Amino acid sequence: MAPARLGTGRGTVTTAARAGLVSCESCHLVSRPVSRAEPGFCPRCGEKLESRRHGSIGTTWALLISATICYVPANLLTVLDTTTPSGTDGDTIMGGVIYLYTSGSWPLALVVLIASVMIPLGKLVSLAYLLISVQRGSAASHRERTRLYRIVVFIGRWSMLDVFVDTFTVALVQLQPLMSVAPGPGVLFFAAVVVLTMLAAESFDPRLIWDSANKSEPKHG
Amino acid sequence: MQRIPALAPGASAACRRCGRILSKRPTGPRDLPLALAITAAIALIVANSLPLMELHVVGRFASTTIAGGAYEMWEQGQRVTSILVAFCALIAPVGFVSFMLVLLIAERRPRLPPWTGEMLRWVGHLQVWSMLEVVMLGILVALIKIAQLATVDPGIGMYAFGASVLLIPAIMTHFDKADLWRRLAWAPDEAR
Repeated sequence: MAPARLGTGRGTVTTAARAGLVSCESCHLVSRPVSRAEPGFCPRCGEKLESRRHGSIGTTWALLISATICYVPANLLTVLDTTTPSGTDGDTIMGGVIYLYTSGSWPLALVVLIASVMIPLGKLVSLAYLLISVQRGSAASHRERTRLYRIVVFIGRWSMLDVFVDTFTVALVQLQPLMSVAPGPGVLFFAAVVVLTMLAAESFDPRLIWDSANKSEPKHG
Repeated sequence: MQRIPALAPGASAACRRCGRILSKRPTGPRDLPLALAITAAIALIVANSLPLMELHVVGRFASTTIAGGAYEMWEQGQRVTSILVAFCALIAPVGFVSFMLVLLIAERRPRLPPWTGEMLRWVGHLQVWSMLEVVMLGILVALIKIAQLATVDPGIGMYAFGASVLLIPAIMTHFDKADLWRRLAWAPDEAR
């Protein structure tokens, strides 16, 4: 069944912030905070109340920049080191994709390419764009930016794929002296990119996107 | 601020401004989420105690579980990664399903226990880090990669694991979170 859009047309929107209320991010209970500066905790579920997440932009930038720094060694260092009697061979993330492609399973190569290369890069770029547009007070394409944020949150977890692939390859291929696989130093950096971008997406407050909507359209405020 | 109207089963309401689904009334019998949660718990126990995959090569045999994967990473010196894998693939999903079981049993009592709200909040946080579906795809990619070198067979644990991957989102689809929040009584502001 198609969702019923609440209300009709572009009527007046009274936001909770304007009415001096705070909506709980966990249980969505709207309550009147003790004070505007120190809203306290949600009376129903105990979550910390914040009209806008405290220091959201600064925290998100810090996590995003750390993730970008980790992205470089994550792609340059090896994630899997295979030891056979003929020597040790290292594989980077991209090397793994190429290996899958040349060994004939291109659909799988595509899945890994999307999950390990394109999603992390896309997240870094999208979050940077969202932060810059909020800081500049951009009053355009609110809905599209909100949708972009939701996509970033939704697909973020999938870039953990390579960490799991490496874990299970290492766990299974321990056939000394015939062949053994050890995790390379790149795994740690790669996992760091995934976790840091996930935390960055969590610390970004999507409500900031809409703050400019209320300033620029007072008749809808 | 928007008031969500009373919804018919299967109906949903979307935000007027950004289009996000705000509330959705699930269909299906009232006991369905609990039945699904019990099944998911059993599937998770089986998936974690039996081997996920087995490898045969020149008379050698190896098998692994999720915990075994995390343990091997720890042994190989990748301790941070090992903890992360253990959390996303084992601790968060198990915690999520056990919390849901407790919540669904508590929900059947006429008076909700005082910790219901706190627990419901934690379920939301655990859900973000429970990545069974990603683990599933990761195992499949690893299987196909290794299959080039040796004979690999999915173990019994793999089927149980596949079942829990499907069951966990099914619990959430049929669980009426908004209704449980509405039923929660809370102390008024003055009492705090």
